[in-house]
Amino acid sequence: MPAGMIHAEQLIYEYDKRDDEGNVIGFERAIDGIDIDIPQGSFVAILGHNGSGKSTLAKHMNAILVPTGGTMWVDGRDTKDPAQLWDVRQTAGMVFQNPDNQIIGTVVEEDVGFGPENLGVPTDEIWQRVEESLKAVGMLERRKDSPNKLSGGQKQRVAIAGVLAMEPKCIVLDEPTAMLDPNGRKEVIRAVEELRKKKQVTVILITHYMEEVIDADQVFVMDGGHIVMHGTPREIFSRVDELKTYRMDVPQVTMLAEELRRQGLDLPEGILRREELVEALCRLR
Amino acid sequence: MIRDITIGQYYPAESRIHRLDPRVKIVCTLLFLVSLFIQNSLPGYVIATIYLGCVIRLSKVPLKYILKGLKPVVILLLFTVVMNLFLTDGGETLVQFGIFTITENGLRTSVFMAVRLMYLVAGSSIMTFTTSPNGLTDGMEKLLHPLNRFNVPVHEVAMMMSIALRFIPILLEETDKIMKAQQARGADFESGNIIQRAKAMVPILVPLFVSAFRRANDLAMAMEARCYHGGDGRTKMKPLHYHGRDRVAYFITLIYLIIMFVVGRFLPFKLWIF
Repeated sequence: MPAGMIHAEQLIYEYDKRDDEGNVIGFERAIDGIDIDIPQGSFVAILGHNGSGKSTLAKHMNAILVPTGGTMWVDGRDTKDPAQLWDVRQTAGMVFQNPDNQIIGTVVEEDVGFGPENLGVPTDEIWQRVEESLKAVGMLERRKDSPNKLSGGQKQRVAIAGVLAMEPKCIVLDEPTAMLDPNGRKEVIRAVEELRKKKQVTVILITHYMEEVIDADQVFVMDGGHIVMHGTPREIFSRVDELKTYRMDVPQVTMLAEELRRQGLDLPEGILRREELVEALCRLR
Repeated sequence: MIRDITIGQYYPAESRIHRLDPRVKIVCTLLFLVSLFIQNSLPGYVIATIYLGCVIRLSKVPLKYILKGLKPVVILLLFTVVMNLFLTDGGETLVQFGIFTITENGLRTSVFMAVRLMYLVAGSSIMTFTTSPNGLTDGMEKLLHPLNRFNVPVHEVAMMMSIALRFIPILLEETDKIMKAQQARGADFESGNIIQRAKAMVPILVPLFVSAFRRANDLAMAMEARCYHGGDGRTKMKPLHYHGRDRVAYFITLIYLIIMFVVGRFLPFKLWIF
């Protein structure tokens, strides 16, 4: 029996490649033999450039996609088993990239209530859950507004609340900040961090912004459907040259520290934050 | 901003009519429309006027709004009046010039017809003025629920309606964006005859449809991810319940309908008019 919250063994996902007329002309492997184990309560980041298979992997965690080969377990449930489909989806909530295309309700609170409604939660409890979830992401005062009046960051927070209201054990965020401006991005990441501290849910963040992953417990880097790097953020970011071969940029501070180190300054490897660099530089004198 | 527009013609206010259950408003509107057709006499119209007047008064929707709602039917109204005026035979001839004659019956029919049409529109617009689009969808879903037994996908249709309502402003904004993008590249939407203008719309419609399909795809995935699996086993966050006031509204409308029926049946209009 698999141990972690999310556990995959030799996961493979293939899709048909079609020409303009829709005839199958071959197949492409989006995910190629991935083994992954994410323990309960941890914060895991998955990095990768476009087309690396990271979103495909995320969709497996919510049983939106079912593996072609290998097995994915979510909290001990096989995602291939249709009888457990709704349990899997309730266990692992998912937040998508486009804030507009995942809000169903015409009023904020109705949207947050959508998940619990589907689960058949009694009315009184739905109201309670909606209130708690909106409070958790700091959107309680906008509960009666139309989602169309919110900013991108606020919409994403509503989407997170919508997932929270289903009381999942694990939240998968599939590039939740890709379509936001820097302010919205900060807003969303802050909300995710709050959640992790207060609710002890497992958070899986899929992104290509390095700055967002420095607090993660584990980082996986994907390329061409494989997991090519795995470790703590510090370990990963100290391998600047390797990251570059996977077309990933390291955070600016790390980059600067690395360049200085190459010029002969005695700095430690894998500096992640500005304060760390300042401190290390001060210590040099 | 384009996103702030309200869909439908909901007039937000705190009134007794606004607070009624949407189902009551739908059913009572239908009954009111029926009542206009089961009679055709002056006392009947007087009673209908009183009923409609009271509802408008209670709804706190300004009369101006309701009159504005009548604008689109003015042409139809004029057409009906003119046709009825000249083409109905019977009774005394009032005016005659050339082949045109206006008879007593014609005058009466055309006036009643005009009033009837106006009341039809005003009566149904009061419903849309006082019920939010979501309320209407919910009410429809609950009212039509029995049709489920005949395999009519009531819940699905209601869900489609409410999603459409949510996406109308988004798609409007997108249309605006695409139009500006095409204009920036020299597209001309303003000049030319109607066919040329229709042709100019093609470069707007194509990207709009593509994006609408993409959105639909994303939304379907997001709904599935949140365990949406149709109407079975679903609970409601805001279930509809009848209250005392709803029963009162049903009762009043029923009495009104009975009175209209009696008046229409047993009081010939000849006694009352001219």
